[in-house]
Amino acid sequence: MKIKTFSIGGIHPEENKLTHEVPTQVAPLPKQAIFPLSQHIGAPATPVVQKGDKVKVGTMIADAGGFVSAPIFSSVSGTVAKIDTAIDATGYRKPAIMIDVEGDEWEETIDRSDKLEQVKDHPELTPEEIVKRIKAAGVVGMGGACFPTFIKLTPPPTAKAECVIINAVECEPYITADYRLMMEHADEILVGLELLMKGAKVTKGYIGIETNKPKAIELLTTKCAEVFGQSEYSVEVVPLAQRYPQGGEKQLVDAVINRQVPAPPAIPVNVGAIVQNVGTAFAVYQAVIKRKPLFERYTTVTGKRLQNPGNYLVRMGTPMQDLIDLCGGMPEGDNKLLAGGPMMGKALTSTEVPICKGTNSVTILSGDDARRKEPQPCIRCAKCVGVCPMGLEPYLLAKLSEFKNWERAEKEDIVSCIECGSCQFTCPAHRPLLDNIRQGKQTVMGIIRSRAAKK
Amino acid sequence: MNFILIAVIVLGSIGLIAAIVLFVCSKKFAVFEDPRIAQVNELLPGANCGGCGFAGCGGMADALVKGADKGSIEGLNCPVGGADVMGKVADLLGMAIANGEPKVAVVRCNGSCALRPKIAEYAGLRTCAAMNSCGAGETACGFGCLGCGDCVAACQFDAIHMNPETGLPEVDEEKCTACGACTKACPRGIIELRKKGPKGRRVFVSCVNKDKGAVAMKACKAACIGCGKCEKTCPFGAITVGNNVAYIDFNKCRLCRKCVDVCPKKAIHTVNFPAPKPVEPAKEEKEAQA
Repeated sequence: MKIKTFSIGGIHPEENKLTHEVPTQVAPLPKQAIFPLSQHIGAPATPVVQKGDKVKVGTMIADAGGFVSAPIFSSVSGTVAKIDTAIDATGYRKPAIMIDVEGDEWEETIDRSDKLEQVKDHPELTPEEIVKRIKAAGVVGMGGACFPTFIKLTPPPTAKAECVIINAVECEPYITADYRLMMEHADEILVGLELLMKGAKVTKGYIGIETNKPKAIELLTTKCAEVFGQSEYSVEVVPLAQRYPQGGEKQLVDAVINRQVPAPPAIPVNVGAIVQNVGTAFAVYQAVIKRKPLFERYTTVTGKRLQNPGNYLVRMGTPMQDLIDLCGGMPEGDNKLLAGGPMMGKALTSTEVPICKGTNSVTILSGDDARRKEPQPCIRCAKCVGVCPMGLEPYLLAKLSEFKNWERAEKEDIVSCIECGSCQFTCPAHRPLLDNIRQGKQTVMGIIRSRAAKK
Repeated sequence: MNFILIAVIVLGSIGLIAAIVLFVCSKKFAVFEDPRIAQVNELLPGANCGGCGFAGCGGMADALVKGADKGSIEGLNCPVGGADVMGKVADLLGMAIANGEPKVAVVRCNGSCALRPKIAEYAGLRTCAAMNSCGAGETACGFGCLGCGDCVAACQFDAIHMNPETGLPEVDEEKCTACGACTKACPRGIIELRKKGPKGRRVFVSCVNKDKGAVAMKACKAACIGCGKCEKTCPFGAITVGNNVAYIDFNKCRLCRKCVDVCPKKAIHTVNFPAPKPVEPAKEEKEAQA
C-alpha cells in the first residue's frame, strides 16, 4: 500500500532530529518568570493581578481579553514584581507580567498525581463541560499557531465536524518535543483525544504520524486498539510519508482524509475536520481531568553546535537563556536563535525571550546554516511552483509584491500562502521569495479587511 | 441618371436620420463638465504625487472646483506647487487663499551607527517594511530608523537620501515638496511633516522611542528618555511628554531653543539657526595653552 501524504508540492529538508532519543528532563524553575500578555492569536489577555500580589502555580494572572483570546496562568509561585514590557517572540517589547519566583506552591485545585484517569471515570463530563474546562484552562494550539482550542471545538453553524485529526506529524527539522511527548505520555494523549472527540461530538478520530517515527506509530497503534477497540469511538493511526509542510492543517487534512480545504476564509472544519496537535491533546487531558491550566509545555532545545541538546518540560515564562545554559551555553561564533524550527521559526535578537504557549523549540543555527546565500536573478526554473503546497506561483507573487501590484496579487490568491517557506528553501537562486510574499500577503489582507469594514 | 439620383436620396436620408439621432442624443445625454476643472488642472504641477490626498492632480482639480462652488477651498493644498500655485488657483476660482505655511519632511531619529550599536545582523529582504515585520531590526531600538531606505524609494522628487556614515536618511530641503510619500512609506512613522519655519529654522525632538528611559538609554545614546525637562522649561507650553517621548508642537513653538540646552540626551535638534558665537574666554584659554 502506498503511504499517504498530501497531494501537491512539498519538500524534504534534512531532518537533523538530534534529540529523538533524548528523554525529557524537567527544566529547573527560573528566578523570574515573564508572561507576555499576547501568547495566542486574538486579543491580548488583560492582567488580573497587581504588583506585589502573591501568586501560586496555576493562579490566573490575566483573563481572556475578548472572544478570540485565552487566559494566562502563572507557572510559578511567588510575587508579582511588575507589569511592564518585555521582548517577546515578535522581537518587540510588549506588555508582560513579571513574577519573582519563591518556592513551588501549587493551587490546591490541581490534581498533581500521576494516576491515569479515563473519561468514563468522570460522568460529569458532558461535551459542554469539556469545552468549558478547556476554555477556562487557557488551552491553545500547542503546535505554534496558538489558536484558542475551545473555538475550534465549537464550529460555526454552517459547518459540521465529522472527525478529529491529531497532528503528530512534526515535519519541521530538528524539533522532537511532540515525539518525546508521544513516547512518554501516549495514554494521556489518547484520553485527550477522546475528550476532544466527545467535546466536538464526533466518533471518528485519526492520528497522523510521519514514518520517521516508527516507534511512535507502533506504540500508538497498539494503545489505540486497547483503548478504543471496544468503545463507540473509532480511531486510526495513519502513517504518513515524510514531507514538509505536512504539519500544516490543510496539508494534513488532505493527507489523512483526502479532502481539500478551500481558500480562506474556509477552515478545515468546513470539510468536516478538526485538527489538533498532540501537545494540545495532552494539555486537554491535563486541563479537563486533572484541572491543571496550561502553564508548562514540552520544548526541544537544539542545534548542531550545542553541547547537550535536549527535550525539556518547561514552565512557561522561563527565559530561553536558562534553557540554553542547561544545554551547555551558546556556541562560539555567529549564531541564529529561533523560536520554533528552522523552516517556520522566528529569528530572535534576545535570549531573554520567555518560553510561551507556542514555543515548541529553541533552535540555534550556527555557521553557514545561519547565513543566507547571495540572491541571484530568477531563471524561471519554476521549482518554487512545483513545491508550493498551496498550488500558488511563488515567483509571481514575490514579483507582484515587489512592484506593489496588490490587485493582481489578490487575484493570484496571495492570501492562501501558508508561509511554509518551501519556495525559498528550494530556490536555486536563493531569492527572498517568502520575504516578499509575506509583505504582499500582509498588505493584501489589510486591504481586504478595510474593504470589509467599509461595507 | 436614375441610379445616381436614388443613391443620393438614400445616402442623403440616412445621413439626415443619423444627424437627427446624434443631435438628440448629444442634447439629451450631455455631461456637463465645468470648464474650470480643466483650467485648474492646467495650473497644478501635474506630478500626480498624491501629496494633496487625492489620487492625482485631476482629482485635486475636481475637489477644488467643487469646494469653490460650496464656498470654501480650505484644507485643500498642493504641497508641491505651494503658495504660488494655490494663489493662482484661488484667483481663478475667486476664492480667498486658504493654504497653510510650507512644510518639510523631518526625520525624527538620530540613532546613527555610532550612537546606536548593532546587536544583530539582518539577512532577509532589504526593505524597511520586511525588516519591521520580522522584529526590532539590527539594533535594540524597536522604534528607530531601520536604514533600508523605503523613504528614499518612495520619494518622487529625489529629495531624501541615505547618509552612508550615519545610516540615516537626510532630507534635501530645497527639493522636498512635503508631499508626504516618505511619511507613508516609513513603517515606523519616524518621518513627520513639520512647518518649515521662518528662514527654514525649526526645532524638533529627533526621537520616537516609546520605551522607558532605562531601556531606551541602553538601546541608543541619543534616545529621548522622556525625563520631561524640556516640558518644564518650555515657556510656551509647546512640548508634551507622552509614552516616554517628548513632542514639540510646531504651531506653538516660538523657536526660543531653551529646551535644546536642557536636554540631557541632546535629542532635541535645531536646523538652520546661525552658529552660536564663539565664547571669548575659551578662545583666550586656548591661546594661553598654545
